[in-house]
Amino acid sequence: MFKFEKLVFGDAGWGDEFLIATLMTLLVSILSMGLGLFLAIITVWAKIIQNRITRFIANFYTTVIRGVPELLVIYLIFFGGNAVVMSVAKVFGYNKYIELNALTIATIAIAVISATYSSEVLRASYLAISKGQIEAARALGMNKFSIFFKVISPQVIRHALPGIGNVWQITLKDTSLISVTGLVEIMRQSRISSNVEHSPLTFLITAAILYLCLTTISGRVFKTLEVNYSKGFST
Amino acid sequence: MIELLNSIQNSLIYKNFFLVLSGLDNTILLLLISLPLGFVLALLFALGRVSKITLLSRTIASYIFIIRGTPLLVQIYLIYFGLGSVKFIRESFLWYALKEPFWCGVIALTINTVAYGAEIFRGGIQSIEKSQVESGLSLGFGKFLLLRKIILPIAIRKVLPSYGNELILMVKATSLVSLTTYMEMTGIARKIMAKTFAPVEAFIAAGILYLFLNFLMVQFVKYLEWKYNPHLRLNN
Repeated sequence: MFKFEKLVFGDAGWGDEFLIATLMTLLVSILSMGLGLFLAIITVWAKIIQNRITRFIANFYTTVIRGVPELLVIYLIFFGGNAVVMSVAKVFGYNKYIELNALTIATIAIAVISATYSSEVLRASYLAISKGQIEAARALGMNKFSIFFKVISPQVIRHALPGIGNVWQITLKDTSLISVTGLVEIMRQSRISSNVEHSPLTFLITAAILYLCLTTISGRVFKTLEVNYSKGFST
Repeated sequence: MIELLNSIQNSLIYKNFFLVLSGLDNTILLLLISLPLGFVLALLFALGRVSKITLLSRTIASYIFIIRGTPLLVQIYLIYFGLGSVKFIRESFLWYALKEPFWCGVIALTINTVAYGAEIFRGGIQSIEKSQVESGLSLGFGKFLLLRKIILPIAIRKVLPSYGNELILMVKATSLVSLTTYMEMTGIARKIMAKTFAPVEAFIAAGILYLFLNFLMVQFVKYLEWKYNPHLRLNN
């Protein structure tokens, strides 16, 4: 049933392929988490400034993406992304065929999903900062830029870390859906290997164990970070 | 006006909408079986998780750990492709269920939601104040009566919002069952896409239906919260 000999490194087994696939999963997760956090900051900004239009757009974005299955979003970006990019390029006078590579599409798709979750976490932790602090900073003559980096960011990070850790776990698990686009990460690799070797159980269990390791290790990392960032505060 | 209506009727989104709509019953069927089953099992698992029998509690804890640490897609594939490849399962009675993508989907979704649900209910059960249990005991309640009259009602209504989140996640998770050739809304949208090469139109139709389904789910949970948390109502 479970064939250990198929998992050795080198030409005889799939060990090295799985190692590369794991690194690919990690790469996609980290890239899309980063891009997602960037998008989330923009979304939060659009929600908290007193502007009806930006707030409507941001609310529409988070409601729709969170109400629609992740797989559908990935399909939409995977199959519709090229057309959008090409029509944008046409506006700038570039008429040749453009094809985004799988990694780019995967990163964008997962980032768009993970940004909606991160934005809620970040918004909640922004609201947890008392207004008096921002007012005090303004009274000291700090400009917007230094208020953001010296007063708001450090506190938002501390409040948001547990929530961001959860979003990271979700993002990590969502990367398994990217296998439908053909990018070779853990899930795709396990499908390829099981098609070649005709033993799906072995490779799917391997995939499950690899995901379990990734989520457990990253959970530990986030615990350590939380302890680090809450120094001086009773937890 | 009539021209506008005609152009709407001839548009691809309009046609796709009804095609995708024919997959709605398959999606709902998945939910109708896995959600109630998941709810009951999650309650039982949560009770096992907080019980004083270490072996039971440890086993359930590791089950929750494994399910929550792996993607749902891996679980669906493991059940659909993985179990089907084992010879003695193919020869046993289990094969009647496991050869159908529908039942594989139901099993995978149930296993998944039980793990998340059990963790949610555990939080609810552990957050009950000790004094309430003690007052029940002092009134001479037995274990079962205590559970039925005090612990479960308080725990369930406390965790309604977070269990509502889990329900919405389950609605979204049904789309993954389409990857095992089961033709629900996402599967049909995918098929339309392959036929017409118009991805945006096909997936927007499906997206609208999922949004609608989730909207109904949110209203349902809101109603439950309103009904079972009368003390939290804003205006009486």
